[in-house]
Amino acid sequence: MSEFFSMGGYGSYIWASYGIAAISLIVLLITTLRGLGQSRTELDQLETVLKSRRPRRVRPKDQTS
Amino acid sequence: MHRFAKPSVFLKLTGAMMPWMVTLTVILTVVGLYLALFASPVDYQQGSTVRIMYIHVPAAWMGLFCYIGMAACGAMSLIWKHPLADICARATAPIGATFTALTLISGSLWGEPMWGTWWVWDARLTSMLILLFLYLGYIALVNAFDDPERGSKAGSALALVGAINVPIVKFSVDWWNTLHQPASVARMDGPSIDPSMLAPLLIMAFAFTGYYFIVLVLRVRLELNQRRIRALQLSGVFDDRAPTSGDDSNLAYDQGHNAGAGK
Amino acid sequence: MNAFVAILRRDLRLAMRQGADSVMVVAFFIVTTTLFPFGVGPEVNILARIASGVIWVAALLAAMLSLERVFQTDYEDGTLELLTLSPAPLELLVLGKVCAHWLTTGLPLIMAAPIMAVMLNMDQNGFATLMIAMLIGTPALSLIGAIGAALILGARRGGVLVSLLVLPLYIPVLIFGAGAVEAALLGISAQAQLQIMGAILLLSLAAAPFATAHAIRQAVE
Repeated sequence: MSEFFSMGGYGSYIWASYGIAAISLIVLLITTLRGLGQSRTELDQLETVLKSRRPRRVRPKDQTS
Repeated sequence: MHRFAKPSVFLKLTGAMMPWMVTLTVILTVVGLYLALFASPVDYQQGSTVRIMYIHVPAAWMGLFCYIGMAACGAMSLIWKHPLADICARATAPIGATFTALTLISGSLWGEPMWGTWWVWDARLTSMLILLFLYLGYIALVNAFDDPERGSKAGSALALVGAINVPIVKFSVDWWNTLHQPASVARMDGPSIDPSMLAPLLIMAFAFTGYYFIVLVLRVRLELNQRRIRALQLSGVFDDRAPTSGDDSNLAYDQGHNAGAGK
Repeated sequence: MNAFVAILRRDLRLAMRQGADSVMVVAFFIVTTTLFPFGVGPEVNILARIASGVIWVAALLAAMLSLERVFQTDYEDGTLELLTLSPAPLELLVLGKVCAHWLTTGLPLIMAAPIMAVMLNMDQNGFATLMIAMLIGTPALSLIGAIGAALILGARRGGVLVSLLVLPLYIPVLIFGAGAVEAALLGISAQAQLQIMGAILLLSLAAAPFATAHAIRQAVE
């Protein structure tokens, strides 16, 4: 088993490259997923507010510019 | 809202494909890692370090593939003015940059035991480094505008210009390198590669491609959500205070703040 | 063609009135080149060996320094918007502005380069090639740089951004520019390098005005 991990003496290089690859790809995935979750909750909040407002509130004019 | 007609089709389609993509990618990754780390032979010249190749080479392919994809998206946005093309290009950039950085890091970790140095100004290493700079420039440009749509459009134009330039850069770096050939660098690519090594290489490449498509879809969704949030915030319907022009950064902050506090 | 001449004259006149632009670019070029002997030591052989590369890198940085202002002031005061509305093709107007940029930065750099080459003890037989290479290379720098300058219109921290965008695209010009001088110093014909630089110049002349005009239209939209 330790022979497998040492990889003929080059273990540190090989495991480092696999480890860095795994970590960076997983970090990218997780940050994307977290951003997605955050944007979803934010969007839900905005849309519930929008729904509750819409009947009794007229869209104000000229506020986008 | 007709502009979101196409994105909605995209969302539906990718939503249906997603579970399959994830399963396939996980299987490919597991098989690829098994073949790469256990079942592939040790190179008679390079020993076990050849196993770094199964990360290094697919990552390099993906780095290039992502750039080509970005340029293709840039062309599509230029020709058809499709909003989704801009978003795809924008979503591809961080993935491509990650793969390119991985290529450089794993290359260095391969070079140290094999060549005795972390870095040589080899033609391929140098071109990969420049590709990373191009990615970083694209990401910086895209994020430098208050209006994300404007940023994406500028980015698409840059991706196209970069795509014309990449072959020229590659050619000139090759030329430069043959002129200043660094001494005693072993060539890594043999003319033929053993099938027992090719299999893990290709499987890892497919696994990376699957990963790319998964993250791409997620990032496109993230971008679409953010655009919709921004559109709602700018419309000012949701807020009691009438937002004055140029005040939307404040609103965005408040909204983010509340979202955090509401949990 | 009238529009091209008009915009060229206008930009040149503006540069003349403000004056400082060209002087600053050349001063930056000279100061940057002067830093190298401090960094690598005053030994004549080493300086002569790196002279061509140092001069090219400094010229690249100096040309880039002034890029931000090619379109920025016109963008801020609305002139650029009027230019896009004018009946003359925007590509031609862009070309006029690029020409003005080259005349106010590229040309002074070419004139300052031999002085720095002398100070860095570059061998005499490289001078002519250095001048020719810069004559071909600096217009390409202005053309490629204009794309970057147009892309960053309206962006935050445009000045730093333009360097990040443009410098990787400048690499081919640097490689062949320095390569041509090095070949001449070795007594080999530098024709191949100069021809490739000519090809780069022609390609950027064909493509850059369109890319720049496209970016400007996006910016004023």
